[in-house]
Amino acid sequence: MIDFRRWGSRGCIASLVFVASASAVSAADKVKIGFVSTLSGPSSALGIDIRDGFQLAVKLNGGKLGGLPAEVLVSDDQFKPDVARQLFERNVKRDKVDFMTGVVFSNIMLAALPEALDNKVIYISPNAAPSSMAGKDCNPQFFAVSWPNDAYHEAAGAFANQRELKNAYLLAPNYQAGKDSLAGFKRTFKGQIVGENYTKLGQLDYAAELAEIRAAKPQALYIFLPGGMGINFIKQFVGAGLGKDITLLLPGFSADQDIINPVGAAMAGLFNTAHWSPDFANAANQKFVAEFQKEYKRVPTLYASQGYDAAQLINAAVRDVKGKLEDQDAVRKALRAAKFESVRGPFKFNTNQYPIQNYFVRTVGADGKGGLINKSFNEPILKDHGDAYVQQCQMPK
Amino acid sequence: MTGVLFFEQALNGLQFGLMLFLLAAGLTIVFGVMDMINLAHGSLYMVGAFFAAWLTALSGSFWIGAAGAVLLTALVGMALEVTLLRTLYARDHLSQVLATFALILILNDGVKMVFGNDLPLAAPAALDGPVQLPLGLQYPAWRLLIIGVGLGLAIALYLLVQKTRVGALVRAGASNREMSSAMGVNVARLFTLVFGLGAALCAVAGSLLGPLLAVQVGMGENILILAFVVIVIGGIGSIRGALIGSLLVGAVDTLGRTLLQSGLRGALPPQWASAAGPALASIAVYVLMAGVLVWRPRGLFPVR
Repeated sequence: MIDFRRWGSRGCIASLVFVASASAVSAADKVKIGFVSTLSGPSSALGIDIRDGFQLAVKLNGGKLGGLPAEVLVSDDQFKPDVARQLFERNVKRDKVDFMTGVVFSNIMLAALPEALDNKVIYISPNAAPSSMAGKDCNPQFFAVSWPNDAYHEAAGAFANQRELKNAYLLAPNYQAGKDSLAGFKRTFKGQIVGENYTKLGQLDYAAELAEIRAAKPQALYIFLPGGMGINFIKQFVGAGLGKDITLLLPGFSADQDIINPVGAAMAGLFNTAHWSPDFANAANQKFVAEFQKEYKRVPTLYASQGYDAAQLINAAVRDVKGKLEDQDAVRKALRAAKFESVRGPFKFNTNQYPIQNYFVRTVGADGKGGLINKSFNEPILKDHGDAYVQQCQMPK
Repeated sequence: MTGVLFFEQALNGLQFGLMLFLLAAGLTIVFGVMDMINLAHGSLYMVGAFFAAWLTALSGSFWIGAAGAVLLTALVGMALEVTLLRTLYARDHLSQVLATFALILILNDGVKMVFGNDLPLAAPAALDGPVQLPLGLQYPAWRLLIIGVGLGLAIALYLLVQKTRVGALVRAGASNREMSSAMGVNVARLFTLVFGLGAALCAVAGSLLGPLLAVQVGMGENILILAFVVIVIGGIGSIRGALIGSLLVGAVDTLGRTLLQSGLRGALPPQWASAAGPALASIAVYVLMAGVLVWRPRGLFPVR
């Protein structure tokens, strides 16, 4: 038999919850931001850099974003998609934040993102920018202020053409992102692919692959090996003496400050592609790099620059809507306009709310203090570059 | 595949196997003698590598750094045994797994607090590049050194376990702990010593692999899984088993990544070969382990 009293009490609670949520209209006396990122464990360096860049921008603004006092709720997803989803839910439903941001890894972001987007909270991505969200799954609440997944690889392919490298060998871990990355390189590279090797994810030793590469004698070698895999590979590549005959090309995140430090001197002279470099001469970047080093006593990474820019983007949007955060159409319009001085130089949003920007070749050289640092070429390798998926995006109004 | 390439891959397999042996040897003795599952064994390898990188930067010499790292890591291992792990011997394997897993997390964040997320460590300049071998083969000098040290330590460990009094006590402890205790062996001191030895071997592996691999927080977890595969294949508690198991795993892994793939490329259409090759290569060592366990459920050289 159905217990009607139980059903009745549930309905009663549900309506109470509804009343409570309806009465909590956000008063725009401050701007609340939920920042969820990977801040503990072996993969935490990237999240910590994004957070430090973001917090630096808030601090340099006198604790405000767009003229309103900023409250940044920082929490740690522990590198777990389910934890990230719970934190998103807490920030969105309990804390009633105005913006969400912070996640490093795309698998974690994609798991947690519905909690924000389904509840009409805008997500500003400071790093993860998967091709799905640029194309068929594009969303008016989602802004990528970093760089599309394929962009560095497309830039590396273009650089190989510019250097007139006739053939290339490609190496990546055997999973979707690895295959997508090499597809990005092949999209722009006009030469011949002499070999394509997919390794185990998290592989430590690359001696067998290096022997095959030596036998294949390519002019260029392009690798997509994020994090520790890249550190291991670069050390072993240089130790095997292959650097003399083969031009090793890297995506920017495999030759950033967090890779240069553990690899050491073997990094010198390697080429990599990125949308930002610590030596960019624009005023916004000079200020960012100097203040970051003063505050945290280390050279900022790509991730730190992305965190800083994410905060600057929110700052500009809140300023331009004059603090009226409840008018979400106006907020999104202001975000799309992106009226801020990015540390990367010229920046604008495409119709899929992914960036159109320049990509540069960087090379690792001496910083004059006994260490190594990235230096960018003067001319971008890809100018005003968007992404290959924007055609598939039917952005709902 | 040409003869030279095959020879190079055989060296690669040997080198990878010997590197695994250094870790598996300590793990298998601790597991065999004390019946203790120590998941934090990989963390001692990480601690050893960080000590080596830190001391190398301080002293300017890799060899001083490596020697210091071996000493310090052995002390850390013995201190852990005396203060914490000793209380776990009497407990069941689940408690040991839980406690040593906690130790992994604590050591990871402890190392990060002291040294930061990563440290640079390079081989001494003289051994940094490749050397010319017969048949026109170039091979990295550092990997040859690892092969040499690995073989040397394997022989030394074999002599230690088979020919010395300490070795006899270790073997007695591994085959019957209660009986050897009843025969008057100071088991507590023996266990501390064995644990220190295991930690020292970890530090040797950490210092030697530092120039090839990233010295970073969490480096121990990846390699620990392979070390467990090795000792399960070899038979828990057996040094000889650890050596044979490591060489098998090294050879199967390397051949899976090379011969198997080129064989598949010859036999299958390209799109199948490129999908099946990497997938098979990444499970090859586990297939080997499953095969060995079907054939000999207690491993190749069971102690008990």
